[in-house]
Amino acid sequence: MHDQGKVIAGIVIFLIVVLFPIWYTGAFGDFTPPNLDPVTDAKECVKDKATMTAWHMDLLNEWRNDVVRNNDRGPVLIAGKEWEKSLTRTCLGCHGSYRKFCHKCHTYADVKPDCWQCHVVPEER
Amino acid sequence: MNALVSLLAVLSIVVIAFLGAGAGLEVLFGVVLPYAAILTFLVGFVLRIVKWAKSPVPFRIPTVAGQAKSLEWIKHQPLESPYTRRQVVLRMALEVLFFRSLFRNTKAELKGGPRLVYGADKALWLFGMIFHWSFLIIFIRHLRFFTEPVPALVTGVEWVDSFFDVGLPALFATSVLLLVSLSWLIGRRFLDPQVRYISQAADYFPLFLIFGIASTGVLLRHFAKTDVAGVKELGMGLLGFSPPNLGELGLSGLFYAHLLLVTALIAYFPLSKLMHLGGVFMSPTRNLANNNRAVRHVNPNPQPVQVHEFEHWKEEFKEEIAEAGYKLERD
Repeated sequence: MHDQGKVIAGIVIFLIVVLFPIWYTGAFGDFTPPNLDPVTDAKECVKDKATMTAWHMDLLNEWRNDVVRNNDRGPVLIAGKEWEKSLTRTCLGCHGSYRKFCHKCHTYADVKPDCWQCHVVPEER
Repeated sequence: MNALVSLLAVLSIVVIAFLGAGAGLEVLFGVVLPYAAILTFLVGFVLRIVKWAKSPVPFRIPTVAGQAKSLEWIKHQPLESPYTRRQVVLRMALEVLFFRSLFRNTKAELKGGPRLVYGADKALWLFGMIFHWSFLIIFIRHLRFFTEPVPALVTGVEWVDSFFDVGLPALFATSVLLLVSLSWLIGRRFLDPQVRYISQAADYFPLFLIFGIASTGVLLRHFAKTDVAGVKELGMGLLGFSPPNLGELGLSGLFYAHLLLVTALIAYFPLSKLMHLGGVFMSPTRNLANNNRAVRHVNPNPQPVQVHEFEHWKEEFKEEIAEAGYKLERD
């Protein structure tokens, strides 16, 4: 093998780079996920859990546009129940804790929603 | 035909993933195949590099485009004809990061009959750059599913990439750029007759595969969402060798399609032209200094060199030559 030293150095650098997530997480973090179960008092949400997990941002976006841009505060009828289009009163009414609810998944999945640019982060109850 | 076979291969990967995820084979597609693919990638990549490194390099063969180092009153062009290791590294860096040699791409066209016109052709360079850099940024972005805590670099790249803040979640500029540049690269193989003539299935397949990955990725982010925290649980679980219970995570069929396409890409990587990722560094026309006369280069081939002289060859194939009725000049 020609230039053995350089080739082996190159292979080692390659392995260090591609295995970055493993050694980085091993050194600074944890592979097991944090407890992501949402802490809530409510039994049911405006839609089922799977839909809310994947699509809550669209619902909030729609409500935000209706309220802030079109001055339409609802109420909105979902599955036979009336809800006010409000993050503070409807969502946070059940999901009272930012730390124990929103924050958990958003930090874990590195999502930075715009909610708290206008809304005050709710005080912990 | 080559294109059709490749397209069908990619489409069948998508269909298999949908059927498999629906039939309760989540563990196969979410755990077993990804592990097998990563192992294939790591072992295959290293073996390829070692194989290339084993070929003898008897002589410096850099492809140069400028004045070599010569007498002191002749101006040397270090980037065109590197003489020292530093110059080689510099030229290589420009090649790897900015595709410098492709920037010089020209095209020859027959204009109005017998007039052959040569001209610059920067389009391939431009779309190649857009494609590769977008791919790198998308790769870095995806580290948010594979690192905990997420490094500042990844968050920073995401912030810059979603700068235009269109839609929710914000559309990434590279998502669009990757699909546009891929479309151009695929279109080039269809529309340019010369390129179409030399295009093999191995040329179409990676393009369609990456197009499939990019489009399923865009669908997952913007149109058919799934639980991202669950996706990260799977990613981190795989890295920590303790995969989560996939039945409970309930990730969508489209996610499994995206994952199986990526799995196929990873496994296919060391077996294909995609190895130019490592190969560009191993290329003797790029990584050697043009110092043939200044430095003594000893022939690394085993000595004495095994030769096959004409007389031996003629003797060995005497009967075949006679049978075919050839008359050799030297007879």
